Amino acid sequence: MDWKLDRSRPVCPQICEQLCVGIASGELKPGERLMSVREVALAAGVNPNTVQKSFEELERAGAVYSVRGSGWYVSEDTAAASRQFDGLVRQRIDGFFADMARLGINEEAAKKYVEEWKHE
Amino acid sequence: MSELLTATGLVKRYGGTVALRGIDLTLESGKIYGLLGPNGSGKTTFIKLACGLLTPDKGKIRILGDAPGVETKKVVSYLPENSYLNSWMRVEQIVDMFRDFYEDFDPEAAYRMLEGLGIDKTAKLKNLSKGNKEKVCLILVMSRRAKLYVLDEPIAGVDPATRDYIISTIISNYNPEASVLLSTHLISDIEQVLDEVIFIQNGEITLQKSVDDIREENGKSVDELFREVFRW
Repeated sequence: MDWKLDRSRPVCPQICEQLCVGIASGELKPGERLMSVREVALAAGVNPNTVQKSFEELERAGAVYSVRGSGWYVSEDTAAASRQFDGLVRQRIDGFFADMARLGINEEAAKKYVEEWKHE
Repeated sequence: MSELLTATGLVKRYGGTVALRGIDLTLESGKIYGLLGPNGSGKTTFIKLACGLLTPDKGKIRILGDAPGVETKKVVSYLPENSYLNSWMRVEQIVDMFRDFYEDFDPEAAYRMLEGLGIDKTAKLKNLSKGNKEKVCLILVMSRRAKLYVLDEPIAGVDPATRDYIISTIISNYNPEASVLLSTHLISDIEQVLDEVIFIQNGEITLQKSVDDIREENGKSVDELFREVFRW
């Protein structure tokens, strides 16, 4: 996984988001063992306690579960991760429309831009 | 989490200059703390008091209940700002010296890390590059199984790759029974590794908070906040 973190936002939710993206996209399969807390901390260059907190938060949400003495695994049920992922996508879209509004483009016009948009 | 270090009303003067003006501080075990402040704010003075190299003029400092001294030096592993190692010594001689000095020193861990970096253990310290010398010092300090690691400016004056190495060494040696207190003014490189930051200014502590709380409340990185708070 590629851990690109935004320095102006708290680390913990960002770790949660990235793991949810991994699960929702199928990069992390249900039942698959996750990297250990230390491995994630090293890969992302963040504090191990923060990673632990992120894993615990995802466990409360039902996206991952822990096995004592073994580590963390992706839940069979990926609905929780998908919900988080959905929320993330919506947030980005909100951000897009907010940016457009700052450029003086209303929702209607912005949608039209998106429809006409082609990848160059 | 248990209390590891407590400072109460800590005052230190150098002649007429007041370096610390009554510091109250508690460090718990299992956390990585950043002691952040501009030059001359009192970072090194506090660290030297914690390591028993200076004595306070007022107030007290306790590490696991003891005043800094023989007992606390057994559990505190200190990386000073400037190396005190003899430059004519070979790396392996220094490892031997640490083994003799500290009960909790793990020579295997030290050699493993030295090997990982490709540092020749028969090399004399004076023949190593500045970056490698700093890495050797850090490896020695982190190879102790201490309760508190005190690192004074571990990332100042090294290149970004060495900085990354130092940061990953701190992360990979992390264990929940021990804590790390590191001082720096280079915040952006290290803030994500910290549990809590302590801002020190003119010998006073102005803030002690978790990195995520700071980002949450201010919508900005600790580095940005630091630049605002300490704007001259």
